[in-house]
Amino acid sequence: MSIVARFEIHYSQFLGPNGNAVAPLPAFARAPGALVGLYRWMVLMRAYDAKAIALQRTGQIGTFASLLGHEAINAGVGSAMAKDDVFLMTYRENGVMLMRGVTLKELFLYWGGDERGSDYSGPRGDFPICITIAAHAAHAVGVAYAMKLRRERRAAVCALGDGATSKGDFYEAINAAGAWKLPVIFVVANNQWAISVPRAKQSAAQTLAQKAIAAGIEGCQVDGNDVIAVRHAMDEALDRARSGAGPTLIEALTYRLSDHTTADDASRYRSPDELAEAWKLDPIVRLRAHLMAGGAWDKAREDALLKECNEQVQAAAQAYLDTPPPAADQMFAHLYAQLPAPLQKQRAAALTEDGADHAR
Amino acid sequence: MAQITLVEAVNLALKHEMQRDPTVVVMGEDVGVDGGVFRATLGLSERFGPERVIDTPLAEALIAGMAIGMAAEGLKPVAEIQFSGFAYTTIDQILNHAGRMRHRTQGRLSCPLVLRTPCGAGIHAPEHHSESPESIFAHIPGIRVVYPSSPRRAYGLLLAAIRDPDPVVFLEPTRLYRLFKEEFADDGQALALDTCFTAREGSDVTVVAWGAMVHESLAAADTLAEQGVAAEVLDVATLKPLDMDTILASVARTGRCVVVTEAARTCSFASEIAAGLAEEGLLNLLAPVQRVTGYDVVVPLPRLEHQNMPSKARIVRAAKKALEFS
Repeated sequence: MSIVARFEIHYSQFLGPNGNAVAPLPAFARAPGALVGLYRWMVLMRAYDAKAIALQRTGQIGTFASLLGHEAINAGVGSAMAKDDVFLMTYRENGVMLMRGVTLKELFLYWGGDERGSDYSGPRGDFPICITIAAHAAHAVGVAYAMKLRRERRAAVCALGDGATSKGDFYEAINAAGAWKLPVIFVVANNQWAISVPRAKQSAAQTLAQKAIAAGIEGCQVDGNDVIAVRHAMDEALDRARSGAGPTLIEALTYRLSDHTTADDASRYRSPDELAEAWKLDPIVRLRAHLMAGGAWDKAREDALLKECNEQVQAAAQAYLDTPPPAADQMFAHLYAQLPAPLQKQRAAALTEDGADHAR
Repeated sequence: MAQITLVEAVNLALKHEMQRDPTVVVMGEDVGVDGGVFRATLGLSERFGPERVIDTPLAEALIAGMAIGMAAEGLKPVAEIQFSGFAYTTIDQILNHAGRMRHRTQGRLSCPLVLRTPCGAGIHAPEHHSESPESIFAHIPGIRVVYPSSPRRAYGLLLAAIRDPDPVVFLEPTRLYRLFKEEFADDGQALALDTCFTAREGSDVTVVAWGAMVHESLAAADTLAEQGVAAEVLDVATLKPLDMDTILASVARTGRCVVVTEAARTCSFASEIAAGLAEEGLLNLLAPVQRVTGYDVVVPLPRLEHQNMPSKARIVRAAKKALEFS
């Protein structure tokens, strides 16, 4: 018997939990103030998240999926991508969306149950939030195929969760992406929980990154609470994609510090001790410690930032609340490029007698 | 003028659109060098190259999902699912994403894609190769469902489907692929979607059908004509959105209606048409609407498939039942 193939999965981390560098920092992160911009985004994400939960708890938006704990992954992905790349996301990447130009008001509209939230001002080619798990991995393959066919130096970036890697859609997508060497990056935020099912029950695979090996594509694992590690892996993957060297699967290890959504109660299935341990790895605390140690941040700036973020979020929430709901015929708008005749009849009914019933 | 079969018409429509529009790509299992298992894509790879005539990995859900990504990113993918029985895994993508993308983004993104699949029974194929899933797709908002019944219709409707700005599920009756030829000009003329065609005029009874059942219904109309009954045959062609007005107008003249589908009876598209007649055409009906359908059984393997498919004789019997009702 002989060995016909051998593989390794590399893990990378630059900042330890206390903010100390545990490896030589990549060039983009070396200047003392270089990461302040990312830090500001991460704090805004958390302020937005808290506001969204408050709005849900007071019945002012619908079910909300928190990104608490995912701020470093969001900031790393969002900062690495170019505007003309295409982002395909789940519901836990609102931070990336913000960084790409989606407004806070549009995000509140989306979670408030208004389709106009997905007609966002961010990159117009970015996809809407995909709720059906991993279905958008196939969309990413199609987007990347189009880019490659047109010889463009662009990439598709597809964000997924750990649960998504159990789905056939995910395997079909990474397999095809490899076969065609497409400019696509799959970023798996492994937050250890797919609602109530822990990572260990999701798959016997030692890492999720190694699923790349079966697809014949690059795969790596990074500390997803370390924004430098996420950004660095994204930079490398984007270079690979743009130079025609094919796809990458990045597994970013983090922890879902929130419930799955506001409709979930994680205390039913995981221990407070585990959650307390995870908080010690908080990506925001880590980056703040790093910036303060380097003299690039202080309490005054922190207080000013928190105030600024809260005001920004508050104003956006108010703008959302001040937006009247769409008219009933919005159900029919954009269903087709031109509404077919049978639907015109249904729309008329919705606006006249049926609509009047509803108003009563 | 050339005589061509239905499968040749599909091939010529694909060639025409690929030549005319560089954003059109054809994709699916074995569509490249092999030219498709039915040869619908024969010669396309040689002419347009493997980047635009894409042999995909064996993964139907991927094919549909990928087509969505391509379409939203500016291509016009025409995806082939090898047999309709393999198309069920695409429904998640078609229902949850293709049909919703335009509305979900309020017009920001759209999905101008075509999902072609050979379907229907009558070619002695293995299990899963003889389904007629039109009503399953027709239930999905935001898409079109087209089911041609002849070479000329297939050519014109496929051109229209590719040019349409929204997703189209295009069901091709395998039984008619090579059954007969029609005079044909490769003139790039698309037919109208969202409209029924009158395949034969008549004043005594309206027979409504689509796909291979149009052929069967026309044969039934010949038999009825020998017996002095003038049957009008409507080819629905585009099932969704349904041109109910043409059906209602025909039934207003004839007063009697037979609806034919080879799909299973319950919740079949024949049921939708019967319901539409009950709702909007009741006072014009002189007899109960007759549905001639496949039974509510698993599509039989070849030795029994003709027992399940509506036959000329069953359509004639249904028409007579409607005519004799008083």
